[in-house]
Amino acid sequence: MIRLNGINRNFTVGDQIVHALKDVDLAIAAGEYVSVMGPSGSGKSTLLNTISLLDRPSFGNYELNGKNVTDLSDQELARVRRENIGFVFQFFHLIARLTAAENIEMPLILAGVDRNQRTQRVEQAIAAYGLGNRADHRPDQLSGGQRQRVAIARATIMRPGIILADEPTGNLDRHSGIEIVDLLERLNRDGVTLLVVTHDPALGKRAARRITMVDGAIVSDSLAGSTD
Amino acid sequence: MRAADVLLLVAKSIRAQRLRSALILIAMAIGVAAVIVLAALGEGARRYITGEFSALGTNLIFILPGRSETTGGQPPLLGETPRDLTLDDALALLRSPYIANVAPVVIGSAPVSGGQRERESNIMGSTSDLLAVRHLNLAQGRFLPEIPAQRALPVCVIGQTVRNELFGSRPVLGQWLRIGDRRFRVIGVLASEGQSVGVDFDEVVIVPVASAQALFDSPALFRILVETKSRGATMPAIEDINRTIEERHEGENDVTVITQDSVVHTFDVILTKVTLGIAGIAAISLAVSGTLIMNVMLVSVSQRTAEIGLLKAIGAASAQLKILFLAEAALLSLTGAAAGLAGGYAGALAVARLYPAFPITVPGWSPLAALATALATGLLFGVLPAARAAKLDPVEALARR
Repeated sequence: MIRLNGINRNFTVGDQIVHALKDVDLAIAAGEYVSVMGPSGSGKSTLLNTISLLDRPSFGNYELNGKNVTDLSDQELARVRRENIGFVFQFFHLIARLTAAENIEMPLILAGVDRNQRTQRVEQAIAAYGLGNRADHRPDQLSGGQRQRVAIARATIMRPGIILADEPTGNLDRHSGIEIVDLLERLNRDGVTLLVVTHDPALGKRAARRITMVDGAIVSDSLAGSTD
Repeated sequence: MRAADVLLLVAKSIRAQRLRSALILIAMAIGVAAVIVLAALGEGARRYITGEFSALGTNLIFILPGRSETTGGQPPLLGETPRDLTLDDALALLRSPYIANVAPVVIGSAPVSGGQRERESNIMGSTSDLLAVRHLNLAQGRFLPEIPAQRALPVCVIGQTVRNELFGSRPVLGQWLRIGDRRFRVIGVLASEGQSVGVDFDEVVIVPVASAQALFDSPALFRILVETKSRGATMPAIEDINRTIEERHEGENDVTVITQDSVVHTFDVILTKVTLGIAGIAAISLAVSGTLIMNVMLVSVSQRTAEIGLLKAIGAASAQLKILFLAEAALLSLTGAAAGLAGGYAGALAVARLYPAFPITVPGWSPLAALATALATGLLFGVLPAARAAKLDPVEALARR
């Protein structure tokens, strides 16, 4: 479902060119659970941004669900993102002035879903993520774990096939972290492709498929159970 | 994204940033209120002045002896003519089918005494037609009788001031008044008119025109007032006047003809332009509000960088972000404009209360113009922040906490 061919991403910093991704080839099938690990600056965030279509590769070819998405217009990219990809961030990125329910509703509003259907889907999500009594709270009235649950509810409200999580537990205490990972893995068991970027080895090892990056290149790509 | 949702999101964002929104609203409201009040003052001035002139009477033509020439030696201004305007000239005009009334006017000054008192007063000689032509009202008695203009009759109609100063509160109708060396019987008192463009009818004593000519021992008329039958009759009436005068004055058209319409129209045009100019100056304050909006919106964009990045990540296209920010600027400026409209009308009302004589009126175009300008500035100055928001790199925007 995700197929990257010869992806390169170069940044110009001052008069130097930084190669954030070097000839990355990667194929991820639907329903896989993949972790991407590596030190800071190894290019794992850039890889995530490329897959999520927030960033465009300098060279290379990207196919999503069998469709070339390398050269789509802004409008089309937004639609593809909306329908296929859910984001979970380290810093939650909830809109502070909106309530939990309103945050969860945002992707539906952007997609132009009508009000009745929105309310119904948001209610379902709130119940599913155990936020029943927190729906009308603003993010600053929620705990870290609750905030991340709101973020996951928002990421899944459009029922995307792919969830991208960038250090989803990086800002949480251990207990909340386990809870969140649990939620994400449950989604994966339901068939969602899960891609987790982390430099926490314990989290990375939970994935069935582990990718390690160094200096913009994939240096290892192994399945759980195989030797590494 | 649905329009109703855009409005809702924008309203939430405006509510969330209270101080910022309040500042913009105040700036916009002051600008719009200034446009409304200043335009209303200008319009009031226009109405006041044109009203003054219209009060002279409608369909009025003034004929003055002498003609202003733009050629030849010394500058003979008005009144340089060997031929006087006579009573016969005035009566000849009545033959025109376009002319309803003709009031010949003689003006002079003479000592007037009644009872034991005497004062210098303006004497106006005219005919019964003057009542209709100048829209005069009587407080008491009646106006000059309808007699042939050539006939002198020892009767007079007096203004309020003359009446008060000579007779006090005593009954005045039927009393004798001495003007110069002649005696006139008072048959009417004019209602107080106040000043009416140059002539103070409170200060005047009106006598039949032939009597005035005899009094001043001169056949010359000061001017002739002509009332045409309708507004449309003005132009043919002027032609008739010119032709008649030319025939009677040995082929020389030596009078000046002024229509009241042309005077009113000139003032109307000038004052409308002045009003527009004033409103234009006030509109500059709207442009200032516009820059303020842009400033605050730009700050808002940089403050909301992470939010914009997030919106992109969860599927907002650049165009949608642009719409959101533009809608925010538009809603802010429109709300401010609405507050300004209310303030402007309140201001106009306050002026109307303070100066009831001044016909302050908010001209119909000004609220529309103010609203349009407010919306245009809001959008114009919202474009840059919106474009900046839309162009924001989501990766960088999200990298911030």
